[in-house]
Amino acid sequence: MDTAEWARIAADPRYIALVRRRRRFTWGLTGVMLAAYLGFILLIAFDKALLARPIGQGVTSVGIVVGFGVILLAIVLTGLYVRRAAREFDPLSEALRSESRA
Amino acid sequence: MTRRAALALAAGVVLMPAPALADALAGETVRQPTNWTAIAMFAAFAVLTLAITRWAARRTRTASDFYTAGGGITGFQNGLAIAGDYMSAASFLGISAQIFTDGYDGLIYSIGFLVGWPIILFLMAERLRNLGRYPFADVASFRFAQPPVRGFAAISTLTVVLFYLIAQMVGAGQLIKLLFGLRYEYAVVIVGVLMTLYVLFGGMTATTWVQIVKAVLLLGSATFMALAVLAQFGFSPEALFARAVAVKTDLAAAAGLDPGAAAVRGRSIMGPGNFIKDPVSAVSFGLALMFGTAGLPHILMRFFTVPDARQARKSVLWATGWIGYFYLLTFIIGFGAIVLVATEPRYLDPAGGLVGGGNMAAIHLAHAVGGNVFLGFVSAVAFATILAVVAGLTLSGASAVSHDLYATVFRKGAADSAAELRVSRRTVLVLAILAILLGIIFEKQNVAFMVSLAFAVAASGNFPVLLLSLLWKGCTTRGVVVGGTLGLVLAVGLTVLSPAVWVTILGHPAAIFPYSSPAIISMPAAFLAIWLVSLFDRSARAAVDRDGYLAQRVRAETGIGAVGGASH
Repeated sequence: MDTAEWARIAADPRYIALVRRRRRFTWGLTGVMLAAYLGFILLIAFDKALLARPIGQGVTSVGIVVGFGVILLAIVLTGLYVRRAAREFDPLSEALRSESRA
Repeated sequence: MTRRAALALAAGVVLMPAPALADALAGETVRQPTNWTAIAMFAAFAVLTLAITRWAARRTRTASDFYTAGGGITGFQNGLAIAGDYMSAASFLGISAQIFTDGYDGLIYSIGFLVGWPIILFLMAERLRNLGRYPFADVASFRFAQPPVRGFAAISTLTVVLFYLIAQMVGAGQLIKLLFGLRYEYAVVIVGVLMTLYVLFGGMTATTWVQIVKAVLLLGSATFMALAVLAQFGFSPEALFARAVAVKTDLAAAAGLDPGAAAVRGRSIMGPGNFIKDPVSAVSFGLALMFGTAGLPHILMRFFTVPDARQARKSVLWATGWIGYFYLLTFIIGFGAIVLVATEPRYLDPAGGLVGGGNMAAIHLAHAVGGNVFLGFVSAVAFATILAVVAGLTLSGASAVSHDLYATVFRKGAADSAAELRVSRRTVLVLAILAILLGIIFEKQNVAFMVSLAFAVAASGNFPVLLLSLLWKGCTTRGVVVGGTLGLVLAVGLTVLSPAVWVTILGHPAAIFPYSSPAIISMPAAFLAIWLVSLFDRSARAAVDRDGYLAQRVRAETGIGAVGGASH
């Protein structure tokens, strides 16, 4: 494929929509993951007592819930991306791909 | 740090000699009595994996088969293989041991190893699959001058691979003494030979299936252990934690603490302890883990084994799920060991430590919940785990040498597939011999820093190069090579000047670089250097680099023109 052909696809409104929506979504998700993890690390560095505090009457601490929460968050964010990519991004890129073959 | 905190820290270190860094087996290990059950089970694993290798060898003809299993692995299979590649023996035994001694701190460590996976998915996986063929350098040099970028990528890949490999080989030697009661050198040779056979004859197909088998066995054993522990507490984690706190309190009281101090000590396992000493080290280490995962060559290579971007995505979801699940299990296993192992005199030596050392917590727990046969099984799985990791590392090192250095830099792209394969196979042999020699040389050394160094190099060299070449039009060949090299050199140099090497290994009184991980300096430095050098790059090559961005970008985003999976 020559430059003109790549430029034609790059100017296609579907391509522009695909790239813009996906970019916003992925950077948003990256930001959430980064904030959650660095927030967790900084919480440990600056307020260990908060994480060590038990929930209710038992021994299970706030920190265990938060830690398990970060693990689940990583899996959930990954799942959210995979779902939206399959529903929304794949049809767009598939349309662009099949036209470029034609 | 206040004086009181320093005293508390010193007391903590004296009372509980925790594994310094859980992902490399730290500390002395003492050879145990020969365990024939474990050896027999490991032999069965070796026979099974060699049969897989034989089957894979018949399907490995071209370079594409050798490096990427012909692109015919499904997302689910690849997800399991990634998990098998990533969950090391040290993370199973080391993290459960850290939880056994310190409780909560082990969880902090394992979370760091998980959070890089979403980042790989959001920023890398699909674009990698759309642009690349074998090693990640295919992506980085899509629009750049081939020889300099390939040269940098090969050197940084080999740096990561060698440090990671040494840590694994030394870990194997320590483990065989503990688990099988055999000599250190046997382990290094067994691992070296088996890994060579897998990679040499079975290439990526055999490596993938060894990793899948290992992942299934490891996840299965860990699931059984966690369920067996929870079953004793009516499947209530709260009841398990409460009992663990009581056990730790009793142990502290028995060690001579007054009741108040003993209760504090018991409760300490439910919150963060001494693992994070200063915020800068913590954030630096966190950055290395999070972004290093997205720059590990043997992990990135796995994305070329699937047929398309969609399957690459699925692989990451499965991998993240399995790895996250594994770390949750490890947490339960560590607490299970507190309750079932620390209270059982037959697992303890006269001084009150674990028979065989701190890393044996999960192994003794296997005996406590499943008797001798299960102990043998878990020991065999733990040792087999190392094979899956080193096979992936070796394959990625071989592809860097044959595809980047030989085919592109030396032969300028004129090498045919057969010649490239020949060079790959020779490289595998050289790497295996090197791994065996280094494994023996480093036997008595503390290699705990090597895995974190590998992550730091990946985060400071590979990751900035990949990210900016994927996302920034203005990025040029010169910028990538200068910035990537700077990141690599800083990561290695600052690690040498850090406490883990400068003080612990070289014996100097104080570290020149005070933080435990270099990433907080080396990663931003690499980004900055790539940006600045590219910005002021007025060479003719820079114009070509920038002009090539459009095609690269459209292909990365849509997959138009991407190499598909082979038909078989």
